[in-house]
Amino acid sequence: MSKYRKLIATTALAATLTAGPALAEKLGLGRPALPEEIAAWNLDVSPDGTGLPEGSGSVEDGEALFVDYCAVCHGDFAEGVGNWPKLAGGEGTLADKDPLKTVGSYWPYLSTTWDYVHRSMPFGNAQTLTPDEVYAVVAYILYSNYIVEDDFVLSKENFLDVEMPNADGFIVDDRETAEAHFWQDEPCMENCKETVEITMEAAVLDVTPEETKARKVQEMIDATNPANKPAEAKVEEAAVAAEPAAEEPAATAPAAEEAAALDPELVKAGEKVFKKCKACHQVGEGAKNRTGPVLTGIVGHAAGAAEDFRYSKPMEKAGEEGLIWSEDELHAFLAKPKAYMKKTKMSFAGLKKDDDIAAVIAYLKSFE
Amino acid sequence: MTFGFKDKKPSRRQFLSGAAAVGAGAVAAGAARAAGPDPLITEVQDWASITGEGVDATPYGLPIKYEADVVRRNVPWLTADPISSINFTPIHALDGTITPQGCAFERHHSGAIEMRKRDYRLMINGLVDTPLVFTYEDLERFPRENHVYFCECAANTGMEWAGAQLNGAQFTHGMIHNMEYSGVTLRTLLEEAGLDAAGDLKDKWVYVEGADASSNGRSIPMEKALDDCLVAFKANGEALRKEHGYPVRLCVPGWEGNMWVKWLRRIEVTDQAVQSREETSKYTDTLADGTSRKWTWAMDAKSIVTSPSPQSPIKHGHGPLVITGLAWSGRGAIKRVDVSRDGGKTWETARLAAPGEKMALTRFYLDTEWNGEEMLLQSRAMDETGYVQPTKTQLREVRGENSIYHNNCIQTWWVQPNGEAENVEVS
Repeated sequence: MSKYRKLIATTALAATLTAGPALAEKLGLGRPALPEEIAAWNLDVSPDGTGLPEGSGSVEDGEALFVDYCAVCHGDFAEGVGNWPKLAGGEGTLADKDPLKTVGSYWPYLSTTWDYVHRSMPFGNAQTLTPDEVYAVVAYILYSNYIVEDDFVLSKENFLDVEMPNADGFIVDDRETAEAHFWQDEPCMENCKETVEITMEAAVLDVTPEETKARKVQEMIDATNPANKPAEAKVEEAAVAAEPAAEEPAATAPAAEEAAALDPELVKAGEKVFKKCKACHQVGEGAKNRTGPVLTGIVGHAAGAAEDFRYSKPMEKAGEEGLIWSEDELHAFLAKPKAYMKKTKMSFAGLKKDDDIAAVIAYLKSFE
Repeated sequence: MTFGFKDKKPSRRQFLSGAAAVGAGAVAAGAARAAGPDPLITEVQDWASITGEGVDATPYGLPIKYEADVVRRNVPWLTADPISSINFTPIHALDGTITPQGCAFERHHSGAIEMRKRDYRLMINGLVDTPLVFTYEDLERFPRENHVYFCECAANTGMEWAGAQLNGAQFTHGMIHNMEYSGVTLRTLLEEAGLDAAGDLKDKWVYVEGADASSNGRSIPMEKALDDCLVAFKANGEALRKEHGYPVRLCVPGWEGNMWVKWLRRIEVTDQAVQSREETSKYTDTLADGTSRKWTWAMDAKSIVTSPSPQSPIKHGHGPLVITGLAWSGRGAIKRVDVSRDGGKTWETARLAAPGEKMALTRFYLDTEWNGEEMLLQSRAMDETGYVQPTKTQLREVRGENSIYHNNCIQTWWVQPNGEAENVEVS
């Protein structure tokens, strides 16, 4: 810490010399926080259990909750889906190339898991689990990491008894000692090495996003820079070039024709509304199931029918019983999803305005 | 549009012919003699004849359409979802040091929320004399300060640990922005609540938390909280953008961006670090032996040549060339930047556009000459504590290859005879 402390001392000194306002006595601004307000927000839980509410939950209950609320991203066994975080496994891999860091293999404190599930999960529907439910989900995550048995019940009382496998795996920042040799007063300026070879090229891996590759960007710069145009070129031409998105690729043309009957203004408005849905749903070409199912072609099609998507039981049942997402049905669902279908997985509260619902349905109809 | 690296793999031969073309162009565009009168000069252009837009056309302006490529970009394969993800500042196309808000990188854990000022509340609780609630208007009544600070995500350059991956300074180094903030010091607010209840401040912490669905929270040692943290509500003179935490965010100068909590809603004085997700499972650095460093808050000194670079190739002919870039350190002011054109064999000291300022970006220039020779372009920053930006090899010797965060290695651009540049690693 020596260098850092020295620096603090000098900054503090400098601060008194520059234009910072003089520290005055209290200004009497703000108002005292009420106990209920503090209770509502002061939810963080520390490693020693400070902040844990009363409650308990079993692995068994946790499994059911996990399947309903978490598995869509984290997998039934907390093994992770796609790029979403894996919560289990990876024990003993931390020194390997590409270690697998999970609650079991990496997280040093159980309090962190409880706190995070309680305040930040489920994604898109945070702060909706009760303390008992959080205890249960955490118990299940422990179970999926073989840290507890299947009959385990996690509670405030036994919370600190759980031993996290990587509890001793951390050291406090030691850069100023372990990397002390990076502090050198006069670095080398000449003949610093004998030879220089290129050992790796980014172009070989080729993972730079396609649409933003250097060369493509360069084409765009060229196209939009009037200096690169023949002198006869008019401003409008440059304007067209500046908006390559305006030139739709041929593949989307049929869809555009089919959607011709739709009010383009309404579709546009719907696209805006759809931003609220985007956290969980994809639509259009290349759309994939995410937290929610693909919505391409949803209007007029059977409920619960997206391939490979695991629907809630009631949605699955509604599909089997022949529910078709007509505009009216969809309208009712989007107004209040949970009222329309109890226990649907869709955690969205609903669209308040009828206009928004009509717009988003028009937008969905524009994809076939 | 079929062009791209995949179907048009550049070959040596093309470099050479490309170089010839550049050479020819250089003659044509050279100062010596124009081939004929320039119609842009000899013919009356529309803009010199027809009027432009009136003052009522654009109440709040965006950049002119010809700059449409200077935008934030993201890398879709990096994260599972764009809601909890990051994008990159187009540093290759900017100059000076201030980052315009509209293209300053964004990192959200649960998306950018929209909160009205009138709905904003900031609570101070925990080991304070009087737990308080402030409205936005309350904050504006405290004495204000202005500071320019860089904010760098700890993961900036994180994709490059194992090798050269992304072709562009925007992607390798664009998780950074630099703005002038106006706000109230955290110290002022803590003192308003009173710290007598906390007793000895040396081992106390301040836990800060955001209002969004991620509840992003971090523990900051009291020493730092009282030193220079700023509760900011303006950036570059105007209100924060929603993606940067409107109406109020925290600035933690020189320390990793994750601590700069956006939509700041709560400040809790505690006697221990909360050890939240973002300070245990994330933002920790696993070394080769499997142990991990925690509390690696300060951003080490770092620099990057922003031009020429893969997205900003040399497009002019031989002769004068401006090499430019950015340097910064989370431990203080930048003292010096050196540039190498031969992959680190020899170095020359660049010119700083202005003397380095603490925890702020510094712009450097090397005004030089280029005659089509290949360059392995590097920059090396030094800060006022004597820290010298290390090579990737030096970093790997200490940290191994399993780190994600705090990669401040010297970057190499391979500038080819045709002026194009590529991200490479050198011995």
